[in-house]
Amino acid sequence: MKRVDHVKASREFIGEEKHLEFHDRRLWTLRTLRDKAAHGIEEWEELRSLASGIKEHTLTHLADYLEEFERNATKNGVIVHWAKDAEEHNRIVHGILESRHAKTLVKSKSMLTEECEMREYLEARGITVVESDLGERVQQLDHQRPAHVVVPAVHKLASDVARVFAKTLGTDPDNNDVHYLAEAQRDATRPLILNAEAGMTGCNFAVAATGGITVCTNEGNADLNANVPPLHIASIGIEKVIPKLEHLGVFIRMLSRSALGAPITQYTSHFRGPRKGGEMHFVLVDNGRSARLAMDDFWYSLKCIRCGACMNTCPVYRRSSGLSYGGVYSGPIGAIINPTFDLKKYSALPFASTMNGSCTNVCPVKINIHEQIYKWRQIVAEQHELPFIKKEAMKVAGKVLAEPKLYRVAIKAADTAVAKLPRAFIYNPFNAWGKQREVPDAPQQTFRDWYLKNRKAK
Amino acid sequence: MSSRNAILDSLRAAQRTPATLPDVPMFDAGLPLALDTFKETLAQMGGTWADRSMDGDLDAQIRARFPDAKVICSAVPEVAGTRRIEDVRDPHELNDVDVGIVRPRFAVAETGSIWLSEVQYQVNALGYLSQHLVALLDPADIVGNLHHAYHRSEFFGANYAVLMSGPSATADIEGVLILGAQGIRSLTVIPAPRVRYPG
Repeated sequence: MKRVDHVKASREFIGEEKHLEFHDRRLWTLRTLRDKAAHGIEEWEELRSLASGIKEHTLTHLADYLEEFERNATKNGVIVHWAKDAEEHNRIVHGILESRHAKTLVKSKSMLTEECEMREYLEARGITVVESDLGERVQQLDHQRPAHVVVPAVHKLASDVARVFAKTLGTDPDNNDVHYLAEAQRDATRPLILNAEAGMTGCNFAVAATGGITVCTNEGNADLNANVPPLHIASIGIEKVIPKLEHLGVFIRMLSRSALGAPITQYTSHFRGPRKGGEMHFVLVDNGRSARLAMDDFWYSLKCIRCGACMNTCPVYRRSSGLSYGGVYSGPIGAIINPTFDLKKYSALPFASTMNGSCTNVCPVKINIHEQIYKWRQIVAEQHELPFIKKEAMKVAGKVLAEPKLYRVAIKAADTAVAKLPRAFIYNPFNAWGKQREVPDAPQQTFRDWYLKNRKAK
Repeated sequence: MSSRNAILDSLRAAQRTPATLPDVPMFDAGLPLALDTFKETLAQMGGTWADRSMDGDLDAQIRARFPDAKVICSAVPEVAGTRRIEDVRDPHELNDVDVGIVRPRFAVAETGSIWLSEVQYQVNALGYLSQHLVALLDPADIVGNLHHAYHRSEFFGANYAVLMSGPSATADIEGVLILGAQGIRSLTVIPAPRVRYPG
């Protein structure tokens, strides 16, 4: 596996100034809307504690709850499958489709099927897979991964979508009108849904006590995929289980508020059993989750409900875009999940952070994201996966920071340097902090000098 | 060993210290009037509240609202429509529906949602293949928040249930809001008390 070079990949994105500007602004808008929605609910912080507590309880009893879920789903007439990894998941789905002579699968967005690279697997075996979510369809037609867990094509401008649709759906390449583009996709997708033999959804929550799953979407595509073709397959990560229906109250109140600042998704759909004459399959997928549960420092990431709030708030994500992370998950949550799959490949991701902790503060299930990022940095450093320049710079920094006198001298010298040195020196290629950003003006006085003058004497 | 048992075994082997399950309060002290909140949130989600016409003729009111509609498929006794949902055998038959008519079992003020299951729909696709949807809602059927919604017993008997909050929508391209993404283009809620039988 080739190591992902986040810095290099983000440099390409940063080069596209219009994209960068829109991307940063759009995601910051989502973060602002999230704040407004959260502040409108008096018990918001209590809900976060409850959500975290419910997830923690479930994860510490996960095997029991999965058995309960399976028992109840089976009682409801659902056929339940278990897949230890991506390959087994794909094999099971293909097996179901093949035995029903299904040639077309229409599906809604699912990070799990991305993780399993299911589309590629099925297409190699003659099955047409249609992503029916608008953003995800754009990404599929452009042969790219989703760049964000909630808004998959947020890194694209309307002109990019017009280019992709002109090539694939035959629309006018010069028409960038968003209504026109969305309508073109609706018109192109509807017949595919009507002709599909099978529909697929992901799963946001699986309720052990009812044996049902909950799917949260906005476009109506998941409900079309599940309610029009006779066969419905749902791919479910085993960490999605919660004990009871009443717990959905906590999570549904927070999911879309955290993601988009909306009180709820347009459709919060609950599938508990096949409809008359229909067939329903649940595929429970491990794919590294049980191994993560055994990691003392990282099992907490299994609480994630995929709202994307940590991505929207992250200054690094907003300025580098999801694709630069080189994995299925991006942003702060990607920086801690991807290394659990492949540490060598994703060793750069824990460094794609300013450690400001904002991700942790907006997380609706209270995952200690920035602490896990720090932990991963330690592991990467211990396993000698740090690039040379970072390593040498950190060695010097370590010495300086450990020695107060040295630190004071260094700070004064640096402030003088920023104020006096020519730009070319500060923005030289060895100073990573001078790349693609302005170094702030140096203060007139160091904090220590200010403190000695204003406080110490009193 | 089967994958099922291998997964369950490795989950048990992880041996995380058991955490207790917290109780979830109803958070319903001091909730504002359900009907007002519902109307407000429904509008925020892109739905439309339409007061009942003076003469109470629902068929006429719906025709006036959708003058170009050719197929009006009704799943409620109060509206005749041009097609009865009872006559629909297969969901694919609903692709030509301009307006679908349903009666949600209840609604949620906090989120502006209406609750529908296969009992109300009869054919679930009515809520998605139709171009527009009209919901008849008894204002007495609105609960305050999602906690109350998830204590409703109807959830436990339904194979399919949806909390629908406004029309289908997307903002996937440049954040521009589009109503009418893949499903219905509009959702209209009309207040209409359900017929209650004495005793």
